[in-house]
Amino acid sequence: MTNLKEMACQIRQDIIEMLAAAKSGHPGGSLSAADIVAVLYFSEMRIDPENPSWPDRDRFVLSKGHAAPVLYAALAEKGFFPREELLKLRQTGHFLQGHPDMKKVPGVDMSTGSLGQGISAAAGMALAGKIDNKSYRVYCLLGDGEVAEGLVWEAAMAAAQYKLDNLLVILDNNGLQIDGPNKEVMNSEPLADKWRAFGWNVLETDGHDTGGLNASMEVAKNLRGKPTIILAKTVKGKGVSFMENQAGWHGNAPSSEQADIALKELRGVKA
Amino acid sequence: MTERIDWENIKKIAMRDAYGQTLVQLGGQNKDIVVLDADLSKSTKTADFAKVFPERFFNMGIAEQNLMGFSAGLAAAGKVPFASTFAVFATGRAFEQIRNSIAYPKLNVKIAATHAGISVGEDGASHQAIEDLALMRALPNMTVLAPADAEETRQVIKAAAAYKGPVYIRMGRLAVPVLFDQSYKFEIGKANVRREGKDVAIIANGLMVAEALKAAEILNSQGIEATVVNCASVKPLDENTIIAVSQQTGAVVTAEEHNIIGGLGSAVAEVLSENYPVPLCRVGIKDTFGESGRPEELLVKYGLTAAEIVKVAQKVIKKKNCKISA
Ligand SMILES: Cc1ncc(C[n+]2csc(CCOP(=O)(O)OP(=O)(O)O)c2C)c(N)n1
Ligand SMILES: [Mg+2]
Repeated sequence: MTNLKEMACQIRQDIIEMLAAAKSGHPGGSLSAADIVAVLYFSEMRIDPENPSWPDRDRFVLSKGHAAPVLYAALAEKGFFPREELLKLRQTGHFLQGHPDMKKVPGVDMSTGSLGQGISAAAGMALAGKIDNKSYRVYCLLGDGEVAEGLVWEAAMAAAQYKLDNLLVILDNNGLQIDGPNKEVMNSEPLADKWRAFGWNVLETDGHDTGGLNASMEVAKNLRGKPTIILAKTVKGKGVSFMENQAGWHGNAPSSEQADIALKELRGVKA
Repeated sequence: MTERIDWENIKKIAMRDAYGQTLVQLGGQNKDIVVLDADLSKSTKTADFAKVFPERFFNMGIAEQNLMGFSAGLAAAGKVPFASTFAVFATGRAFEQIRNSIAYPKLNVKIAATHAGISVGEDGASHQAIEDLALMRALPNMTVLAPADAEETRQVIKAAAAYKGPVYIRMGRLAVPVLFDQSYKFEIGKANVRREGKDVAIIANGLMVAEALKAAEILNSQGIEATVVNCASVKPLDENTIIAVSQQTGAVVTAEEHNIIGGLGSAVAEVLSENYPVPLCRVGIKDTFGESGRPEELLVKYGLTAAEIVKVAQKVIKKKNCKISA
């Protein structure tokens, strides 16, 4: 059984290394989601790195596709492809695209990057599971700025209509988007009331507490008849103190000096 | 005209930088101008306007469909909205809102999109609009403009603001060579013959105009004289100029940072096949999606270079004299 905290820390280090190598990409929202993704890939999901397109596998859709580094790091750590590949992120001709590409990257279940579309596709996958009487579950990670997309709510409504209790959405509630705090750019609160009003079960947890995330996911599995969302309170840039809670670190890669400082700090956490 | 440009030392400015500055200038002159963005104001440079005129800037959040709907309503109430986001999301996500709420009622909305084309680079195919010109060109009432440099962008933005009706403006992300000075005058519906030659006409827009000019210099050294036409006004298209340069040269190459289907190449082919058929070859993205990579590497990989234009020009010139046989 993997130590989830350590795995999340390893994933954070991978993120920093890949972004520094690529010299572009999105650190803030990748780091905020590291614990969530670690719990999904190393505890929660039934998947097989030897057989990425296993029909009965659980699925994960990174609706906030700009956080591709966190997904790629988890997939590499899980063994879907060699870790060395991570350092070629975003390079011409390499399979690790800037945003997830299901046709190019083993283990990626849906191509995303245009915000709002992932949850809609995830709900479709869950519906397919219902139609086929399959037991697989579909997981989807949503951004808190992303919920301004109308399509998110179109998908939310339909998932409740079709009673997609095999769909679990996790909201990376880091409070920030590109142009600033969600509250200033486009206030989405009260989130819990909104999702409840759309017919969803709502759970709330600390998105950096792997135990709490695990427990919420267990609870969600036993909630029948409705889709569930976990509102996971997170810190954007989590783990790298100079990136934490800074909108400016949404889409800028660290320089190699900044990456060194960040890696030192992350390795310190692990020790 | 055998202009030689000092490509090594030429000044480069991103079209979006020129856009932000021009918006601020226009905002001071016209109180009806309002600017809307969808959480990309720092990238599209509408943040420049937001800083000076915060009361006339509206961030719609990440909701492009709503961005277009609000803009339509504002225009219907007499405002001159500039709606900005990346070209993929502006024309793709909000296509039907543009169609039914802006183009059909011919509302005075300026859709000013940045990050068009494969030169977006590292973000990859999901963010590289290669079909935006095709989508916008197919809409009745829509004017479609794709400037080549910062100066032309300034003039395009001013022309769009002065024109009454929907306009789509396509801008890139990269800093690109400054080809025009203030003596240049852009007009909607007019193409600009930048260089004249008798052997082949290269009709280009966007960042491919610079490549076309480089290609003409290379061809010149091989004894081939090329006309270069900058065609920022994709719709309405300057049919007279396109027909005239085809008559003068007898062979045409189009060059654009867009799918070869549906953009400038298609528009030129449509005009020529109906009016004055000559051999024509299109340089552009060959009906494929892009990928992540450094912009300069991608432009080479996808054949959006002066070298490619030269190759294609040589090919199309060879076709001049062969009669089509049944
Ligand atoms: C449809 C669409 N519009 C705009 C963008 C550009 N964009 C990328 S990330 C982002 C902000 C996302 O904020 P949030 O959902 O809060 O993500 P996080 O904070 O977790 O990174 C934006 C506007 C996009 N990728 N897709
Ligand atoms: Mg956020």
